[in-house]
Amino acid sequence: MNMNYFPDEVVEHVFDFITSHKDRNSVSLVCKSWYKIERYSRQRVFIGNCYSITPQRLIARFPGLKSLTLKGKPHFADFNLVPHDWGGFVYPWIKALAKSRIGLEELRLKRMVVSDDSLELLSKSFPNFKSLVLVSCEGFTTDGVAAIAANCRFLRELDLQENEVEDHRGHWLSCFPESCTSLVSLNFACLKGEINLASLERLVARSPNLKSLRLNRVVPLDTLQKLLMRAPQLVDLGIGSYVDDPSSEVFSKLKAVIQLCNSIRSLSGFLEVAPCCMSAIYPICENLTFLNLSYAPGLQGNDLTKLVQHCRKLQRLWILDCIGDKGLGVVASTCKELQELRVFPSDPFDAENAAVTEEGLVLISAGCPKLNSLLYFCHQMTNAALITVAKNCTNFIRFRLCILDPVKADPVTNQPLDEGFGAIVRSNKSLKRLSLSGLLTDQVFLYIGMYAKKLEMLSIAFAGDSNKGMLYVLNGCKKLRKLEIRDCPFGDVALLQDMGKYETMRSLWMSSCEVTLGACKTLAKKMPSLNVEIINESEKLESEQLELSFDDRLLVDKMYLYRTLVGDRKDAPEYVWLL
Amino acid sequence: MENSVAYEKATELRLGLPGIDEPAVLSSVKNNKRPLHDEKSGENGKSAENETAPPSKAQIVGWPPVQSYRKNNFQQAKKSESECGGIYVKVSMDGAPYLRKIDLKVYKGYPELLQVLENMFKFTIGDYSEREGYKGSDYEPTYEDKDGDWMLVGDVPWEMFIRSCKRLRIMKGSEARGLSCSGV
Repeated sequence: MNMNYFPDEVVEHVFDFITSHKDRNSVSLVCKSWYKIERYSRQRVFIGNCYSITPQRLIARFPGLKSLTLKGKPHFADFNLVPHDWGGFVYPWIKALAKSRIGLEELRLKRMVVSDDSLELLSKSFPNFKSLVLVSCEGFTTDGVAAIAANCRFLRELDLQENEVEDHRGHWLSCFPESCTSLVSLNFACLKGEINLASLERLVARSPNLKSLRLNRVVPLDTLQKLLMRAPQLVDLGIGSYVDDPSSEVFSKLKAVIQLCNSIRSLSGFLEVAPCCMSAIYPICENLTFLNLSYAPGLQGNDLTKLVQHCRKLQRLWILDCIGDKGLGVVASTCKELQELRVFPSDPFDAENAAVTEEGLVLISAGCPKLNSLLYFCHQMTNAALITVAKNCTNFIRFRLCILDPVKADPVTNQPLDEGFGAIVRSNKSLKRLSLSGLLTDQVFLYIGMYAKKLEMLSIAFAGDSNKGMLYVLNGCKKLRKLEIRDCPFGDVALLQDMGKYETMRSLWMSSCEVTLGACKTLAKKMPSLNVEIINESEKLESEQLELSFDDRLLVDKMYLYRTLVGDRKDAPEYVWLL
Repeated sequence: MENSVAYEKATELRLGLPGIDEPAVLSSVKNNKRPLHDEKSGENGKSAENETAPPSKAQIVGWPPVQSYRKNNFQQAKKSESECGGIYVKVSMDGAPYLRKIDLKVYKGYPELLQVLENMFKFTIGDYSEREGYKGSDYEPTYEDKDGDWMLVGDVPWEMFIRSCKRLRIMKGSEARGLSCSGV
C-alpha cells in the first residue's frame, strides 16, 4: 500500500517513531511530500559543524525546532592546536533563534565559544527553555550561569561538562528562584569557585525530580551528607570534596545515608579525596554501571583496586593509569559487563612513570567480552598484545590507543605497530572510530583502507612514510567522515588526488604535514562546496614575511577544511585565511 | 649532523615565525624514526643524543592528546597540594643532642617516612607488625597525637596519621618496648 494515500497527519505520526538524525535525514530525501512533512514535524536537529549551515536556514527549514545540538571547533582544539578565538561563536545562533518564533527548549553545545551575553539572551528569549548542556566550551563566567538560573523558570537540566569558566565567586546558585522546583539534572563540577552551601541544600531540598547531581570541589563532605539526605533518589552523583576523619560523627552519618541511596548507578568526581574514607562508598558500588575516577588523583592504585572489586555490574569505567596493570587485572576479573574503558595518564608529562602497559590491556580484553569502546594511554604497546586483543575482542566501535612516547616501536621486536593495528581493524568490522599511535608506516594505512569499512573517524599523529598512507585511507574508507592528521609526511599529491571525497566527509584537519599553500588554493578553487581554512598563528608577521606568504610553495602549518552549504564564514579572525 | 638538520629547517619554507620551538622538536622526533628502522645508525643516534631533551620530555605542542581541561586540572591539583603548606613536625630522638623538623606532606607513606628517619638519625628501625610493633631494634618511632597521647607510628592509615600527628619521638630501650604491647 502506498504511503502517499495516507493523510499527512498519519505519515507524520509514523515519523514520530523515527528518532535518529540519520534516519530522519534519509526520510526527508524520499520525495517532496515527505520532505515537507518531515521538516514541519522535526523537533531535534544535530549540526556537527556550526559553519556548515546558517541559523537562518535552520530556522526556515525547521519551524518546529525544540532541541538544537551544535559543535564548533575541530577536535584538535582540545589539545591546544586551535587558537581560542578561531571561531565557533554561539551568539549569532541564539540571536537568530531569539528573533524567530522558534520555541527552543534544549541547547547542547560542544567546543563553542559562549559569552555571558549569549547566555543572558538565551535565558530571556525562550519561556519554555528546559535544558542547557555545555561541553568543552569557553568564554563565559558564572555571571552567565546566574542568568540561566535566574530566568529559566522551567529549567530541568543545567549540565556544565569540562568547560573553562571564569568564576566570579558569585551567587549564581542563589539565583535559582524559590519557585524553581523542576531541576532534574545539575552538574557544576567544572566550576572552581565557592558557592553558597546553604543555597545548594535548599535547592536540592525543593527539587523532588533531581536525578543527577555533580558537585564541584568546594562542596565538603558534611554538605554531601546533607544533600544525600534530601535526595536519596539520585541516579547519578558527582562528589566534590571527600575528605574527613573516618572516626567523625559526620562520617558515620554519611555512611548511614549512603545505604539509603540505592538508585545511584553512576558515580564520579572525588576531586579531593582521603582514601581512608572510600569504604563508605562500597555499598553503592554493587549497583554502579558508570564509574568515573579520572579526576581523582588522590586515589592510589590499591585504593582504586579495592573499590573496583565491589563493582560487579560496571559497564563503563574511566580511571587513571595509577591503577596499574595488576589493577586492570582485577577489573578484568570483576567487571564482566564492562563495555567501555578509559585509562587516562596521571601525569601527562611523565611518560617514564606511566603505570599501564600492554599487559593491562590484554588482561582486560581477555576478561571483558562485551568491551566495545576503549581509550588507553600507556607507556608501550606490542604487536603481539594487539593481536591478542584483536582475537579476544571483535566488538570494538571505538578504539583509541595513545602511547605516550610518540613514534615508539614495539619494545620487544623493535618493529612498527602496523601488524597490531592491522589485526584490530581486521577483526573489528564494526569499528567506527580509531586513533593510532606509536611507530607506524604506510602499511598500517593499507590495512585500514582494506578492512576498516565502517570507519567514520580517524586520528593520526607522527605516522606513515609517504602520500600512499593517506591515499589508502581516502580510497578505502568509504564511510569516513572526520579525518585529523598531525605531523605526518602527507602532502599535495594525497590531498588533491580525490577532491570530491571531501564532500562526503564532515571535515579534514592537517597540521605540520607537507601540504603547500598552492595545493590548498587549488582545492579551494575547484571545490566551492568546501571551506578551506589556513590557520597561521604568527600574527606579528614582519612585512618581508608577508611577501613570502604569497609563495605557493610555502608549507602550511595548519589546514582545516569542511563541507558547507553557505560559503565562507564572516567571523574568522585575521590569522585565519579563507581560501 | 645537528647543524645540517638545523640548516634544512631554517631554509624550509614554512608559515610561522623563525625559531619557534615546535619545528625543532618535531625534527628530533622525525629523525628518531629512522634509527628504529635501521639498526641505530651512528649519525642519527648521535643527533638524537645531541638534542636537549628526548621527545617524551620535550613539550611537543598538543601531545599527549589529553584534553587541556584535564591537563589544567592536574596542574592545579598539584599546585594546590604544594600550596597547602607542609605539615612540619619536630622529631626528637632519645639521646640525640638536638631535634629535627620534617614535612610530613612530602612523603607518600610509612616506608618512606621511616627510611628518612633512619637516615636522619643513623639508626635502624625494626620490622613492623600490628601485633608486636617494631621488632628487631632498640628503637621505636612514636608520635604525639591531637589528644596528647603517645602512639606507635604505623597503626592508623597514613592520611589519618599526618592529620593527627603533632610531633615525633624515636623512643629507645625499655620505655619503647612498653609501648609496643598490643593491649590498649
